[in-house]
Amino acid sequence: MSYLPYAVAIWLLVVGLYGVISSRNLIHMVVCLGVVQSSTYMLLLGVGYRFGAGAPIYYDVPLRTPAVDPVVQALCLTDVVVEATVMAVLLALCVQAHKRFGSLDPERLRPLKG
Amino acid sequence: MTLAAPLAPTLPLIVAAALAGARSFGVPRRVADTLAIATSVTTTALSSSLLIGSTHGPIVYWFGGWRPLPHGIAIGVGFSIDPVGAGLAVLAGTLVTCSLVYSWHYFEDVEALFHTLLLVFLGAMVAFSLTGDLFDLFVFFELMSVGAFVLAGYRVEERGPLQGALNFGVTNTVAAFMILWGIGLIYGRTGALNMAQIGQTLAGRPPDALVAASFLLITCGFFVKAAIFPFHFWIADTHAVAPTPVCILFSGVMIELGLYAIARVYWMCFSGVLHVDAGEVRLMLVVIGSITALVGAVMCFAQHHLKRLLAFSSMSHTGIFLIGISLLSPLGLAGTAVYVLGHAGVKAALFLCVGILLNHFGTVDEVRLQGRGRRLPLVGILYGTGGLALAAAPPFGTFLGGDVISTAADRVGYSWIAVVTLASAILVGGAVLRSAVVVFVGTGRGFDAFYSTRLGDEEPEEPEVRRRLPVFMIAPAILLLVSGAVVGLLPGLASHALQAAAMFEDRSYLAASVLATGAHPPSPSSPAMPALALSDLYHGVGSALGALLVALVAIHRARIPRIIRSAAAPLLTAVHGLRTLQSGDASDYVTWIMVGAACVAIAFTFGLHL
Repeated sequence: MSYLPYAVAIWLLVVGLYGVISSRNLIHMVVCLGVVQSSTYMLLLGVGYRFGAGAPIYYDVPLRTPAVDPVVQALCLTDVVVEATVMAVLLALCVQAHKRFGSLDPERLRPLKG
Repeated sequence: MTLAAPLAPTLPLIVAAALAGARSFGVPRRVADTLAIATSVTTTALSSSLLIGSTHGPIVYWFGGWRPLPHGIAIGVGFSIDPVGAGLAVLAGTLVTCSLVYSWHYFEDVEALFHTLLLVFLGAMVAFSLTGDLFDLFVFFELMSVGAFVLAGYRVEERGPLQGALNFGVTNTVAAFMILWGIGLIYGRTGALNMAQIGQTLAGRPPDALVAASFLLITCGFFVKAAIFPFHFWIADTHAVAPTPVCILFSGVMIELGLYAIARVYWMCFSGVLHVDAGEVRLMLVVIGSITALVGAVMCFAQHHLKRLLAFSSMSHTGIFLIGISLLSPLGLAGTAVYVLGHAGVKAALFLCVGILLNHFGTVDEVRLQGRGRRLPLVGILYGTGGLALAAAPPFGTFLGGDVISTAADRVGYSWIAVVTLASAILVGGAVLRSAVVVFVGTGRGFDAFYSTRLGDEEPEEPEVRRRLPVFMIAPAILLLVSGAVVGLLPGLASHALQAAAMFEDRSYLAASVLATGAHPPSPSSPAMPALALSDLYHGVGSALGALLVALVAIHRARIPRIIRSAAAPLLTAVHGLRTLQSGDASDYVTWIMVGAACVAIAFTFGLHL
């Protein structure tokens, strides 16, 4: 068992969140959310990985052959689909902001406060 | 029954897809309206049948028949339906029906797109409350969120809705990733995604850092959805810009679903492993809930934008709900359930009243509306009664629920909870009553130091100024307010809630039913509901009178002697400081989420016996 995938996952999480927090551009902010999302792929695949194991396809191999966990791969796939939708919606809002107000700076798009 | 479980969430999704597909052929508005209302009524009926069917034991449905073998491991994806979840599905269906009826006349230019989005939102909420699978909980959380983002930014051509939807989207997406991280960690530990299976695998083990981290991430993620301090900042911006029929769903059921998920995950997955630390978990969550209730109430009182005012009042109530569920007793959860039902009716009615004001006068600013509401006396009566109901006046469900929560808190030795709930009820009720008097009677004064910031005016959702009140707009408001009172008066509702709560919190019973391990332990014995005493009624009346008093003081603030006003000046400065935190910037909000998660993590590190 290696800690490397978890270290990478945490690194991606921290970097992505730093990006979201420090962002001054809406597209940049959404892309940083994408980076945070990649950390979840890393985590899930790291959880399911086994050294020396093959793909979880039992077509030509005996049933007892070790394989990586197929559940996390299904989770990753679902995660990709779900988050693609979220990113599409957020990016559409950004496009709308640029089209209507000519700016992607969240500072200039803030009628609401208090 | 076997058909109702999968059909309840999928029917609205199928109709939504059909409506979206038929849009290019031009669906007449009334056809879309009728179809959407029929669908949501059917979903409500299906959910009600699930509610009735699950009162004597959970209904378990495995998709594709992937049921676990006896003493095997649950791999399939399933619903496990208990009365609390089914009740929330019924609530969601009812509120969606009300908002569809309300929008019959609401925006004239609405397209079938709006109905599609509402139905997707409904399907996701129903599935979220019924699912027994942790990963599905995340998937439906995201589906619900996407629908909600688009609905919040429905009038995307304006600056405000864009900002509100983006803030909502960014904060809730960060929350989703926290939840997914928590799920990944707990899957790594248990190899299971079915909540009952996770709980069964973890039960009896000593808690360790990984389990605590997973619980922390899942809880903090759902705190964002539930608008718990300091994860709450999106709530005001989003409510301020969302169309009124959408606001009632956000306040009435969506944020409550965030808390439901926390309670469900705690009881199904973590109660078996964290029970040694139950006292510490209880104290932490109750303190967080109390802070939320008080901060929300103060922020609510300082608003003059009526939708923001109501949004912060929802935040204050969600704090009380968190207190109720985190007492970790069936009585606390039962009180919360009654409170949620009563609150949903009352808060939805209040939002509909504000929507009527917006349609008539093109603004929801308390000061601009001063006295103009005199033309709408019926709306004024509804709005004022709603204010009394939020102040937990009898006979509303808010009174009964708050009373049961206080009793439950007393029993675990937290009698100070009664003071928190009383203070927040007085402030929230006082804020609504104050705006009711200003708008519908006309006394009061303009902007002064009390309202430290002014907001830009917002466009009416329907620009034409109406002369008469359409029955489709006022009827749902009356019905919802009456239902808020019925919840408090219905005999037996509270004891049924207590029975449901006892089942909800009995992990081993639920796990045995879901995993079909054969030997059913006896159905959890239902404890008796404590009877209402006369002193409780005095408590409720006193709270309503307190709210009235606070409202009158706020209206006649110019007549307060100078010496008292200068003594109160530091208080106003503190409130102003609190309001500047609400900066309107998604980056700041995410920073607060991180700060909040770090604080909870520190509390866990020192509080739990890891």
